[in-house]
Amino acid sequence: MSQPTSNRALYGIVAEYADDAALLAAAKAARSEGYTVMDAYSPVPVHGIYEAMGGTRTKLPLVTLLGGLAGLGGGLGLQVWVSAIEYPINVGGRPFLSWAAFFPVTFACTILGAALASLIGMLVMNNFPEPYHPIFNTPNFDAATKDRYFFCIEAADPKFDAESVRAFLKNTGAEAVSEVEP
Amino acid sequence: MAKDAKFREEALGQVDDMLAPGQTFASIDRDITDLVLTKKAPKAWWVALFVSGILLGFLMLAITGLFFYGLGIWGINAPVGWGIAIVNMVWWIGIGHAGTLISAILFLFGQDWRVSINRFAEAMTIFAVSAAGLFPVLHLGRPWLVYWFFPYPNTLGMWPQFRSPLMWDVFAITAYVLTSAMFWYLGMIPDLAAMRDRAKLKIQKVLYGIHALGWRGSALHWHRYEVAYTLFAGLATPLVVSVHSIVALDFATSVIPGWHTTIFPPYFVAGAVFSGFAMVLTLLIPIRRVYRLEKFITLRHIDNMAKIMFANGLIVFYGYLNEVFFGWYSAHEFEMYMIWNRMTGPYAWSFWALIFCNGVVPQLLWLKRIRTHTIALFIISIIINIGMWLERFVIVVTSLHRDFLPSSWGMYMPTFWDWALYLGSIGFFAFALLLFIRWVPMISIFEVKEVNHKHNH
Repeated sequence: MSQPTSNRALYGIVAEYADDAALLAAAKAARSEGYTVMDAYSPVPVHGIYEAMGGTRTKLPLVTLLGGLAGLGGGLGLQVWVSAIEYPINVGGRPFLSWAAFFPVTFACTILGAALASLIGMLVMNNFPEPYHPIFNTPNFDAATKDRYFFCIEAADPKFDAESVRAFLKNTGAEAVSEVEP
Repeated sequence: MAKDAKFREEALGQVDDMLAPGQTFASIDRDITDLVLTKKAPKAWWVALFVSGILLGFLMLAITGLFFYGLGIWGINAPVGWGIAIVNMVWWIGIGHAGTLISAILFLFGQDWRVSINRFAEAMTIFAVSAAGLFPVLHLGRPWLVYWFFPYPNTLGMWPQFRSPLMWDVFAITAYVLTSAMFWYLGMIPDLAAMRDRAKLKIQKVLYGIHALGWRGSALHWHRYEVAYTLFAGLATPLVVSVHSIVALDFATSVIPGWHTTIFPPYFVAGAVFSGFAMVLTLLIPIRRVYRLEKFITLRHIDNMAKIMFANGLIVFYGYLNEVFFGWYSAHEFEMYMIWNRMTGPYAWSFWALIFCNGVVPQLLWLKRIRTHTIALFIISIIINIGMWLERFVIVVTSLHRDFLPSSWGMYMPTFWDWALYLGSIGFFAFALLLFIRWVPMISIFEVKEVNHKHNH
């Protein structure tokens, strides 16, 4: 990180694989080698790779729960405030705080709040929209959405050393290894 | 378990794969993206676009006429104040439910076959619910004041009445259309990235690129994406049940004989799924043929959809029998008359046509030969679509036209303007769907790859 091993600035070194098993094996090997800053790219989700790279469970369910609770509180609060406080209308002497009748709108607001939080939370956590990313400079990276799998050890890794990373990736059965600029 | 299922399928004969064999990631990718990116639109697409364009013209005509002359040009009058505008609204909302069921409930139950049809069915949901939304708004009389439905501080000092089922509808349908649209877009992000990477023209690259938001298939992103997708499926699942229940409450909370019944919410939901699957089949059978999608949408999909449709059809038919039974069992003069009037009164034709379309014809679906015969199934699905429209016609019109006092009885017949609006809404729906299949991959690429991977390894 602080002592660049090559005179060019690098984003990372990227290996290309033909199948998900090789990708998963490479991620596990990299982890046991002591690398920490890495990412894998695949056309379909590869199960177990996120955990293999040392990922921790996302907070997205919590964000969704909070969104749902905000929808619930907002929807119910709005109806209570409108119907009982701000604009009370006496309909046949029924109570202003007729909570049972508020259920459908509260429910709809809860779902909508949770759904919005879930989508927006996912986009924000993934830093979307992000039209440019250095990984797009990888040769043949277009195929990452088709049928090829890519694995990158990033230059930000404290253990990053271009020569040893390159040698390591070549040993994992990569079909191509390339240096990628930011 | 898996062995058991396999054995059962073989014992039944006619085993059909979930996806045609011999497909690779590259071939799936090419087959689906080429439909949009490189292939010319088939002739049938242009013909369909032309016809739906004409119908869309009817929509413009109907709305212009309505705004110019007012609601009086429709057939509605006392005592039938709802007419086919509400029939159409309920029909379209119901159709939408199949998409949500396929994308959410089948996902939670791990039904892999959904991947070939979920994108299309969700698109159908969004356009159907949008078409549904036209009717109550145009029915307002002063549709330019539609924003009064929304609770916002205004200079009139007024607020909406939250105890009214019509307000519940506003919220239920708004939440439904927004959640469905978000779910649809969420499911499409990785495929839009695939489109961006496969695009040949600069303009395609830019447009798909913008909408793909920079998706690059990162493991970190996939992880959050899958969590979000599962959460969305969990959130959309109660909507399948709630939205049409709330629509049913528009009727059930009133005191009109024929509407005031507790069976309405569940029976509306079953009817919604029934009509939704009928519409999916009506649309997918010709599209599968024209676009040669047999390797993605196999007879197994067709059979499964027919089964779900049939099961819900039986529930709906049970609902009809129940209505008749309770009409009699209530020993309530007006309820009994309502049922009798339905079966023998001036609108008896609609009741018996409904029983024929939704009760008798679907019995053919007991036969596997019919469920896997695309032409027969196409015809049956159209009959069911008509039947479901008639169901709402029977509910709305026969209940209203003779309620309590014979002096206030009346007849209702839709006018040219009613029909023009209905045809127009079909045009809107079809036009939007045609643009969708032209511009967006209509089958979920990455999910089909995933299922292909799972079953071939």
